[in-house]
Amino acid sequence: MTTNDFLQIGALIAALIVLTPLLGRFCYSILTGRGAKVLRPFRILERLTYKICGIDADVEMGWKQYASALLLFNLGGFVVVYLLQMLQQFLPLNPQNLSAPSWHLAFNSAVSFVTNTNWQAYAGETTLSYLTQMVGLTVQNFVSAATGIAAMAALARGISRKTSGTLGNFWTDMTRSTIHILLPLAVIWTLILVGQGVVQNLEGYQSATTIEGKEQVLPMGLAASQIAIKQLGTNGGGYFNSNSTHPYENPTPISNWFEALAILMLPAALVYTFGLMVGSRKHAWVLYGVMMLMLIVLIGISAYAEFSNNSALGVAHLEGKETRFGIVNSIIWSNFTTVASNGSVNAMHSSLSPIAGGIAMFNIMLGEIIFGGVGAGMYGMILFVLLAVFLAGLMVGRTPEYFGKKIEALEMRWTTIPIILPSALILIGAAIACSTSAGLSSLANRGPHGLSEILYAFTSASGNNGSAFAGLNANTPFYNITLGLCMLLARFGVILPVLIVAGSLANKKSTPMTAGSFSTEGMTFGLILIATILIVGALTFFPVLALGPIIEHLLMLAGTTF
Amino acid sequence: MLLDSVLLRQATIDAFRKLNPKEQIKNPVMFVVLVGTILTAVSFSTNVIRGNFSAFELQICLWLFFTLMFANFAEALAEGRGKAQAESLKRMRTATIARRLSGDDHEESVNAGLLKTGDRVICESGDIIPGDGEVVEGIASVDESAITGESAPVIRESGGDRSAVTGGTRVISDRIVVRITAEQGRSFLDRMIGLVEGARRQKTPNEIALSLVLSGLTIIFVLAVTTLKLFADYSAREAGQDMSSVVTLPILISLLVCLIPTTIGGLLSAIGISGMDRMIRKNVIATSGRAVEAAGDVDVLLLDKTGTITFGNRMATEFIPVPGVPVQTLAETAQLASLSDETPEGRSIVVLAKERFGLRAETLPPHLARFVPFSAQTRMSGVDVLESAEPVRTLRKGSGDAIRKHIEENGGTWPSEIDPIMDRVSKSGGTPLVVAEEHFVLGVVHLKDVVKGGIKERFAQLRSMGIRTIMVTGDNPLTAASIAAEAGVDDFMAQASPEAKLNRIRQEQANGHLVAMTGDGTNDAPALAQADVGVAMNTGTQAAREAGNMVDLDSNPTKLIEVVETGKQLLMTRGALTTFSVANDVAKYFAIVPAMFSALYATAVSTGPLAQLNIMRLESPQSAILSAVIFNALIIVALIPLALKGIKYRPMGAEAVLRRNLFVYGFGGLVTPFVGIKLIDILVTRLGLIS
Amino acid sequence: MKTLIIAAKLILVMTAITGVMYPMIMLGAAQTLFPHQANGSLIYFDGRLIGSELIGQEFTDLKYFWPRPSGVGYTSQPSGGTNLGPTSKVLSEQIATRRARLIETHDGEQPPDNLILASGSGLDPHISPAAAFYQVDRVAKARGLDSGQLDLLQQLAERSVEPYNFGFIGQPRVNVLKLNISTDSLFSKRSK
Repeated sequence: MTTNDFLQIGALIAALIVLTPLLGRFCYSILTGRGAKVLRPFRILERLTYKICGIDADVEMGWKQYASALLLFNLGGFVVVYLLQMLQQFLPLNPQNLSAPSWHLAFNSAVSFVTNTNWQAYAGETTLSYLTQMVGLTVQNFVSAATGIAAMAALARGISRKTSGTLGNFWTDMTRSTIHILLPLAVIWTLILVGQGVVQNLEGYQSATTIEGKEQVLPMGLAASQIAIKQLGTNGGGYFNSNSTHPYENPTPISNWFEALAILMLPAALVYTFGLMVGSRKHAWVLYGVMMLMLIVLIGISAYAEFSNNSALGVAHLEGKETRFGIVNSIIWSNFTTVASNGSVNAMHSSLSPIAGGIAMFNIMLGEIIFGGVGAGMYGMILFVLLAVFLAGLMVGRTPEYFGKKIEALEMRWTTIPIILPSALILIGAAIACSTSAGLSSLANRGPHGLSEILYAFTSASGNNGSAFAGLNANTPFYNITLGLCMLLARFGVILPVLIVAGSLANKKSTPMTAGSFSTEGMTFGLILIATILIVGALTFFPVLALGPIIEHLLMLAGTTF
Repeated sequence: MLLDSVLLRQATIDAFRKLNPKEQIKNPVMFVVLVGTILTAVSFSTNVIRGNFSAFELQICLWLFFTLMFANFAEALAEGRGKAQAESLKRMRTATIARRLSGDDHEESVNAGLLKTGDRVICESGDIIPGDGEVVEGIASVDESAITGESAPVIRESGGDRSAVTGGTRVISDRIVVRITAEQGRSFLDRMIGLVEGARRQKTPNEIALSLVLSGLTIIFVLAVTTLKLFADYSAREAGQDMSSVVTLPILISLLVCLIPTTIGGLLSAIGISGMDRMIRKNVIATSGRAVEAAGDVDVLLLDKTGTITFGNRMATEFIPVPGVPVQTLAETAQLASLSDETPEGRSIVVLAKERFGLRAETLPPHLARFVPFSAQTRMSGVDVLESAEPVRTLRKGSGDAIRKHIEENGGTWPSEIDPIMDRVSKSGGTPLVVAEEHFVLGVVHLKDVVKGGIKERFAQLRSMGIRTIMVTGDNPLTAASIAAEAGVDDFMAQASPEAKLNRIRQEQANGHLVAMTGDGTNDAPALAQADVGVAMNTGTQAAREAGNMVDLDSNPTKLIEVVETGKQLLMTRGALTTFSVANDVAKYFAIVPAMFSALYATAVSTGPLAQLNIMRLESPQSAILSAVIFNALIIVALIPLALKGIKYRPMGAEAVLRRNLFVYGFGGLVTPFVGIKLIDILVTRLGLIS
Repeated sequence: MKTLIIAAKLILVMTAITGVMYPMIMLGAAQTLFPHQANGSLIYFDGRLIGSELIGQEFTDLKYFWPRPSGVGYTSQPSGGTNLGPTSKVLSEQIATRRARLIETHDGEQPPDNLILASGSGLDPHISPAAAFYQVDRVAKARGLDSGQLDLLQQLAERSVEPYNFGFIGQPRVNVLKLNISTDSLFSKRSK
């Protein structure tokens, strides 16, 4: 690594840290309904939305109401995206005359976008019409992120409210997150990206005759507006098949820099927002510190692996990477996206060095809690926090408390389930796939890398990430259905327990902090949290990682190929 | 005390009895071990039938069985200690004949088992009290040593706060009539037996929450190991190797048993039982494990001033004469007036005079003095010195108002100088006792509540543990404030009525605090019931004992502090062992995973790449796996004493406790198995247990 | 039921705002502010569309600078990488073939790694500066340039290097299509 490489990593992280309190405070003001400084047009949009939908912004919801609103809204989103795909040939804005995809692909894609996974078993430029991308996918890019923010806000309210049964109002959380947080940022980012060369037009695909006289089709479309929100909302579904490696999605190092920033900007800010909502910025900074520390270490390990040569092939690790980004931006990206639930790639993860690819997988396996998906990362982290609080609390000799709320059997049940559910889905799914011909026939690589491909697919789906070891042909009935189910279960099998925990905590009275209750605002707690994450969240995967990336790394060092 | 051979033998037998799957399924972690052991045994037997005897599989199978047995043994041992205690209690329950009074006060003999609530029975010296009840008539000394272990008899009398008697105790003197308040089988004794036997032991809230986490971990590890078989198959196919001799059922089960939290899973119920047991050892009977646990959460203590904070009696600390009277004269007079006064206050005056002025207390012969005892009418006491049966000197001491009345009746005047003196004493929290001879006021004796030594430090400790102490007293606010300051309590309630106490508890609870208190009187009952931890004094009334969730057999109000400590210790032990258990997994992974897959992708010239993960340099794959399983079993045994005794409790702030436990059990849990497994591996290899 | 109705209405409103209004306003803004970029940074020659500044093209002719290998042959429909893993035998063989071809056409010199490894998009418009300089001699030879012209070509290649953005972001790189267009115009030997 050169000084320049450190500089590139440092600059992004510094920008992230500087933006955190600013954006965090802004999100706080929006989520608490006090965001008075919002631009007028957005305020009008919000009021108009309430008026049209008949929403009473002052109504408070209990966890059951909140959850049913959230689920129904997401179900509706699924239906819309599914139907748009199936009917796209009869609808306008389809200059390429693309026909409907198979039902299982449409199911997979609809689930994928509704769950903020944005796994793509299809190639955007050859499968979906402009209308489907715009009215179906772009919308889900917004609202699936807003769903995450809403769930996080509900949890924060559950923690901070005392003996109250309510968690806020899903409709207003959804509307405000979309209109005041995501939309303005998306506008700014769209303009930055278009300026760098991301396309934004409604022309048909352009046919060029190259200098050497060959035919080259240049795909077009409303890419910039979708890519802006794809990054801001930790979605990651590419407009084009090769996602953010594609020059029309990510044309320059500048666009890359802003997109990378966009990936972690909101998740990082929401940690701060959470701190403000529960009334302890110190606690938020501890969580932030834990996340940042882990992120830096993970980038460090990836960098070490990537800057070493591939001794099996006798070349640097440049396969699947873009010249304009180089190794350093590729691993920043691979880590930024996988710690968050952003499925975009600016280098092919399948071609990363075994360790860097393994780290990408590992990040998702941890539960995407290092900043994580917009809102989702924060509530996922709180699940680990509750577990850590429980263990630590017992160790100081009291019924564990989090912000004075006693952590009891109900909380532990609904904390344990969402922590182990995604892990269970990964293990079961991957095990089935690697013992059936339906699973194995999609493989593009042999040896340990084949296992990694399968493992990555189920990890990505169950972590709602969306990135892939893309050699795997995922557009088969087997993968479309199994991965679709993983995405669905992992998303709502986590959100629901989170809301149950939020509802239960909201009902409790709060015990004041004393010298006898341990503090979640210090280094000691940070240490316990890291240990809990690593031991509970990661050790489960040690054996299978040993058979995938770890053994591949060792074999690569020995010069073996498959 | 902790172990004796009888207990050990019984526990060993019980450990086998607990192998019953119906018992095991209550503990999901150990149930998985049971199933694993059976599967391993089946696999081993099948191989033997096929003619492949594997010493390795046999050893794995045995050690898995030991793991199970050790956990059962721990539980049986904890229960055994309770049972031993229950046995001695049961002996008291042997059928007694009660002398029941019928409606017309006619006496009849009935079996104690037939007594109903409300029946009245007569107990005379030598009788066993047939059931829990309340003394409605008479006074008697009762031997309660069977339940309290205290040999000194206690006084039980009708009315007041010492009216409760316990079935099974014996009347030593006098005669009392007892109204039965609890039916047979539901008496205090019965409950106590049930509790120490663990028969009615229910999982406490924290235990349930912890069990959920442990079950979750178990499920995910079951999945991780089951799927590992399929991942290994894939890898073997890709490597073109036959791994079926390495990834066998016994080895997979070994991995599973090592990964699931068997250490805490095996010791969890032993920890809970021994927590109750530790309370009993402190002579505190908790009505439920929940109460013990709640004790750990308490952050407000309501302490009675008398007996807990002060010795309970006021003592003379100073003689303050009015101007013109020598202090020696005052002391002499006060001493003389108190010579026949047997109250602690009176005695303290005699002692103080002796200490300060070397005045030897001479006993006045009865013909020279007539003792005037304290009466509610005069509110004074004193002595009339006699000369030929005629009083020549009248010495009096008493409250300001009483003496003033006495003097003015005798034609004296109340000196104005006395008022500031009395004020000063009052303000400092003391009680002024005015001494007069004839109709002259000599001065004031400063009576003071004396705070127990070391109590201030104790409260400071509690404060550092995050526990607030509130002193409850019937004294006036001035006196209360000064004692509170001296004792170092955080707050006080002066002139506290039972209602005020109850309200204070409610108010603290509304603010999210958990409150513990002690009480003995019937009027304490509502407050005892309201408090999260209510410790009733065994000497107290039946109502109080019913209302609280703990009974202190020693009736020592200071016990409350120990109760809290024991509760905390229970939770800490659970947390520490969980942390230890989970941290162990890291080393076990590094022992077993490389061992399982060291042959994968091996070439003719080298072992497989994953052999590089064998960072402990364990001898062979088989020895590595066996060592991990042995370690996993032995660690349970090694931790049984800790589980039974509880981890060492130190009164420190939460941060300090956490850091310490985290280091000892977290970091320790990480490192210990690396060392342990390596040592066992060396031993296993040396002993040739692995061919 | 009421919840369902609100949910349905809210989906429609959100669709209208984020799915129609937002992209359309952005379309208008993009077309007004950055029409060239928004339409694909297209390059026309003689009114004929020959490609995009941002999208790599395949060059196999000896007289052109060659781009990196592409997993999709620069067809862009769809785009993508090879997704071959770091221990892929296929990749190993591809590398050997490419390396041999480059060594053969470049006087036995070892090529820089990026010239033998495919990009993620399969449309990478860039090669590393080293990869451009590596090809200068071969291009010059194929075009029959004399040593003075060779220097010009070398200077052109050097001028074509795009440095780090803002002095430290990204990687120094050379746009192959632009370099080839400049080369053609410099030596006015456009291929037909």
